[in-house]
Amino acid sequence: MAAIAATDRATQTARWTKKDLLGLRELTAEEIRLILQTAESFREISLRPIKKVPALRGKTVVNLFFEPSTRTRISFELAAKRLSADIVNISPQGSSLSKGETVLDTVRNLEALKVDILVIRHAAAGVPHLVARRANASVINAGDGAHEHPTQALLDCFTIQEKKGRVEGLNVSIIGDIAHSRVARSNIWGLTKLGARVTVCGPPTLMPPQIEQLGSADGGAGVTVTHELASAIRGADVLMLLRIQHERQEAMLVPSLREYRLRYGITRERLTLAKPDVLIMHPGPVNRGVELDSSVADGPYSVILDQVTNGLAVRMAVLYLVSGAPKVEEEEG
Amino acid sequence: MDRSPASSNREKAKVMDAEAIRRALVRIAHEILEHHKGVEGVALVGIRTRGAILAQRLAKAIEAIDRHPIPVGILDITLYRDDLSRIAPNPIVHSTEIPFDVTDLHLVLVDDVLFTGRTIRAALNALNDLGRPKTIELAVLVDRGHRELPIRADYVGKNIPTSLHEHVEVRLNELDEAEEVVIETMSAVEKNG
Repeated sequence: MAAIAATDRATQTARWTKKDLLGLRELTAEEIRLILQTAESFREISLRPIKKVPALRGKTVVNLFFEPSTRTRISFELAAKRLSADIVNISPQGSSLSKGETVLDTVRNLEALKVDILVIRHAAAGVPHLVARRANASVINAGDGAHEHPTQALLDCFTIQEKKGRVEGLNVSIIGDIAHSRVARSNIWGLTKLGARVTVCGPPTLMPPQIEQLGSADGGAGVTVTHELASAIRGADVLMLLRIQHERQEAMLVPSLREYRLRYGITRERLTLAKPDVLIMHPGPVNRGVELDSSVADGPYSVILDQVTNGLAVRMAVLYLVSGAPKVEEEEG
Repeated sequence: MDRSPASSNREKAKVMDAEAIRRALVRIAHEILEHHKGVEGVALVGIRTRGAILAQRLAKAIEAIDRHPIPVGILDITLYRDDLSRIAPNPIVHSTEIPFDVTDLHLVLVDDVLFTGRTIRAALNALNDLGRPKTIELAVLVDRGHRELPIRADYVGKNIPTSLHEHVEVRLNELDEAEEVVIETMSAVEKNG
């Protein structure tokens, strides 16, 4: 009974007023907490026999993916469907996106069809921001270049909070290709705003310069950089692995995937350095035997599938919140 | 459905005190037991926030009388509101926590104030998505009239005739550090949902 009163009072002051979700850099800690709290309420819907609520009935969501994606696209699609929205998927193959139409022309055409929410993924950083400034529809960034992937970081924060009871004060190590990772950037913003200590670890060729200053803009702690896997594992409450893409090997940034595994792969032996209650996270798809051994990915510390489950609730929360924001005339610009 | 913030320069009248609220809940507990001849196959579902608190109190009262526990669930109707597209920003969603299968149960919905009936309409739709109860009844602490939908309460703590310029506020210890029902008279400009 006390619990009802406490949670209801805690959220009475928080309000979501943004038309778009472009990145976690733009959000306050309160706004991030509001999304996580809303996601918590949405989780139960997916456990029902009838997995649908009418909140977004009559709204149209477009998945506009200029880059191929399976899990993020399906997660957004199911999230929209469980809220009773109509959803259209557009991918580069077999559409005018491959005929040289500009992004803004595509968006103008979609807006002429009166869509309400655009979920955008693009290989170039800033495309969702560009669209958000021009469009009346709400824009959700589903990954832009190596810039941000806010819903992935939100579901990571949600999963950490679910498993550890808090994010504040925890040590989180992000390991892998930091330079090309939008997941790492969004997580650095989100985790530092929520009060976690973030360490990034990877070979020098995959570490962007001045990464240690990221997250320190709003008085956050910044991040610690290390190239030694052992020091990233010791004392960490969460190990967040990133996918090593085969293209990086072709670009000569890592000598070979085998050598990467020898220095940075999480094996069962290396895990003995970790805290006994460490969490293993990965945004997927996992490169088994490269950044993560199968015995660890499927082991007792792994919460990789919980991340997928939670992603659905987080995306439902984001769709719900942006759909209720005041319309564009009241926004700046 | 919206609760406007209280302001001090409005006229207020207390229509129920703590003792009146307690007696009303005990009477409703007796009525529910009498009508259902016990708690077998009956469950309470409180509508967040104050209805949930009242449902939990009713469950305690019922258990005290009948010596059998009665299941209690909490329903959040935000996602079923008929005015979602008309209010910005979207209201905060809290979780629905119904730890039992509602199918084939006799449910008693519990809310603090019955007014337009739109909250109850939303609650009926929400319950419909959770299963197929055998019957659904409605218990409210206060019925203030002015229905906009064909909905009525089966158990009523107190009927309070009101005008549309008045605002009925139920304050409960768990949430408001007060235990009373008050009527506030509002100026014609600030109308309450």
